[in-house]
Amino acid sequence: MLVMKGIVKQFPGVRALDGVDLDVRAGEVHCLLGQNGAGKSTLIKVLAGVHQPDEGTIVFNGEQVRPSSPMDAIKLGFATIYQELDLVDGLSVAENIFLGHEHAYFGFVNRPAASKAAREVMERLGHPEIRPSTEVGRLSPAAKQVVSMARALSHDARLIIMDEPSAALAHDEVANLFRIIRELTAQGVAVVYISHRLEEIREIGDRVTVLKDGRTVAVGLAARDTPTTQIVSLMTGRNVEYVFPPRGGRTLGEEVLRVEGLTAPGVFRDVSFSVRAGEIVGLAGLVGSGRSEILEAVYGARPAAGRVLLEGRPVRRGVVGTVRRGMGLAPEERKAQALILDQSVTANITLGTLPEFAKFGWIDRKRERSEAKRLSELLDIRPPDPERPIRNLSGGNQQKAVLARWLLGGLKLLLLDEPTRGVDVGARAELYAVIHDLAERGIGVLLVSSEVPEVLGLADRVLVLREGAVIHQGDATELDEHRVLDMIMNGRAA
Amino acid sequence: MSEPTTKRPVAGSTVASSVRRLGLGEMRHLGLLAALAILVVVGLVTRPDNFATTSNLVSILSLAATIGVITVGATFVIIGGGIDLSVGAVMALASVWATTVATQEQGPLVMVICALSVGTTVGLINGLLIAYGRLVPFIATLAMLVAARGLAQRMSDRKTQLIRVDNSAIVDLSTTRWLGIPLVVYIFALVVVLGWILLNRTTFGRRTYAVGGNVEAARLAGINVRRHTAVLYGLSGLCCGIAAIIIMARTTTGSSTHGDLYELDAIAAVIIGGTLLTGGRGTIVGSILGLLIFTLITNLFILNGLNTSDQLIAKGLIIVVAVLLQRRNLKERAP
Repeated sequence: MLVMKGIVKQFPGVRALDGVDLDVRAGEVHCLLGQNGAGKSTLIKVLAGVHQPDEGTIVFNGEQVRPSSPMDAIKLGFATIYQELDLVDGLSVAENIFLGHEHAYFGFVNRPAASKAAREVMERLGHPEIRPSTEVGRLSPAAKQVVSMARALSHDARLIIMDEPSAALAHDEVANLFRIIRELTAQGVAVVYISHRLEEIREIGDRVTVLKDGRTVAVGLAARDTPTTQIVSLMTGRNVEYVFPPRGGRTLGEEVLRVEGLTAPGVFRDVSFSVRAGEIVGLAGLVGSGRSEILEAVYGARPAAGRVLLEGRPVRRGVVGTVRRGMGLAPEERKAQALILDQSVTANITLGTLPEFAKFGWIDRKRERSEAKRLSELLDIRPPDPERPIRNLSGGNQQKAVLARWLLGGLKLLLLDEPTRGVDVGARAELYAVIHDLAERGIGVLLVSSEVPEVLGLADRVLVLREGAVIHQGDATELDEHRVLDMIMNGRAA
Repeated sequence: MSEPTTKRPVAGSTVASSVRRLGLGEMRHLGLLAALAILVVVGLVTRPDNFATTSNLVSILSLAATIGVITVGATFVIIGGGIDLSVGAVMALASVWATTVATQEQGPLVMVICALSVGTTVGLINGLLIAYGRLVPFIATLAMLVAARGLAQRMSDRKTQLIRVDNSAIVDLSTTRWLGIPLVVYIFALVVVLGWILLNRTTFGRRTYAVGGNVEAARLAGINVRRHTAVLYGLSGLCCGIAAIIIMARTTTGSSTHGDLYELDAIAAVIIGGTLLTGGRGTIVGSILGLLIFTLITNLFILNGLNTSDQLIAKGLIIVVAVLLQRRNLKERAP
């Protein structure tokens, strides 16, 4: 159905695509794999009409095409669902779905028709609870994803490109996403699916194309049968096992954090737990189970009743105070919540502890630079140039810089929200090692992840959350993925 | 500033690195310097007799001094993600307050303190309304623009208040010269240098970039964003107070009509200088170069006896061209 041959795209100083081939058949789920920076995003922007290739041909249904603008691509039947959702927060669900092709007569929007059509699409997607009149800004990330999907469907797309659609979704929502994808492919729609999660690709994918450094290194591998080691080695050019550091070897110290009866009405209730120095405690649960909100409440960024004690003393609400007491947060939305993208790696690293590098407000830039350099070497942040704008780093290295930020102060408790989101397989293993290393230095770690294996692999102790309540608390080694999933999805305590 | 990339040069020579350290080495500043050079050449060609004279250069700098000081404050506010529309009105209010009969009784020192504290206080009120009252900066400072101008009219009864002869120490700031240059120009230069240091060498400056670049990230990194925002507007107000002293010195008056539309000139200078209106990026050097370009245009039009309306058209075009070039820069930066 779609054949791309020899696509080249040059940016000033970078050859983002250097001869990419892609061949997608009608009714299949074609997975696109590659590390950050391999050219996946550029490739889908070519399909979406955002970038025009410098060389190469695109043939769609036997005709040579050249999408010259996003509108053009949509007219051809290509719909793209971006990783960073491109919805207008201030508009309603229906308005977002039909943005650009409104149900209108002479410029006047026919609202009843739009909301009826929106409701139909939502029902088809299995989310009738998302009402057409709701403002999109009020929706959860998962619900926004559904709206994006609805927008693609409303265009009668024949080729849907999904850039990490599952990154913002919890387990049951991924199942729903897959159900929708299967429905679409049964109707002959082709899906180009980008994900870092190999297990998803095995479940939903038909064939796999692997990109590396802007080139296609493998075309049309069978998604189910190709061994993981082969895929990973194609992506990285080396054999990397997707592994967690070994357990043990860490001695747990005093209790760092104690949370008693933490409650935020409608979000979570009566949450109590503690974290010891050198201990990694994981929170497992679905999106909406209150896991990220608990982290925010501990951090003082969200009001909640109950007590939070750091080293035995209660913390005052408000981030300024909790940071001063030695807490640090690596938030879920790295770009939106953690990074100053225009600033250098150094400035991003020292952002949280700037006063320590200053006398009377005057920054000691030499010391600042040398500390940033030390940390970027310690965490192996690449490229090893701390003066580079952080915008140019890959997701994994940006995340390391966020971790480095909190290593500078006298950090006692590190809060991690989805630490490996949007991070490729190779960099994940490195991040896991870094997190372990931090714990070994006596820092308490509180970890939230949608990926159950990640929580189980990293944490010493696991709290299982369901609908805002802790339903299980215990050693990670006594649990397996199956049991945790069973608990969070069916509500059965072990 | 038409240069396509902002990538830093690969570890260059020591000359290059010291140029960079001055903040002059950035490509966009080279563009501004080029524009400035072209204007100077135009001046030399069209008015060879009186462009390059000391008196003309001094008048350019004195003209630039008033808005220049305001521009430094505006640069901080805009890098911090805000906007201050009230600057001209606040300067007028400060000049009026400092020249009332009651204030003039107390002597020149009190007049200076009065101008500075009126400016700072009004700026802090802006800041508190924006940071803690959660008003949109555009609206809060628009309201302050109207209200401050009104208060200035009320206090002065719409009359121009002359500085008394026994307070002529204020006026001396513009008439006394060091090395042929009036003291007000030194004040301007001092504000620029202090502003540059504050923005580039202190935690306050770094946090200004952080708050403007990503307010949520700044908050979660433990920065007291509200307090910082309030202080930014206070700083802008302080600059208005300093500008009020300069304009009092230059005109020997305090008046509610001082500084009309200065907010637009200041914001235009900041934008031409490459500071993003969305915050997070920008430089003091750029703003000052932008301001000098603006002032030079005014000067060239006056010297050549051209229409002031044409002058406004030329300024408008320059703003548009500058912003268009900036947008091209941004686009090419994106992967």
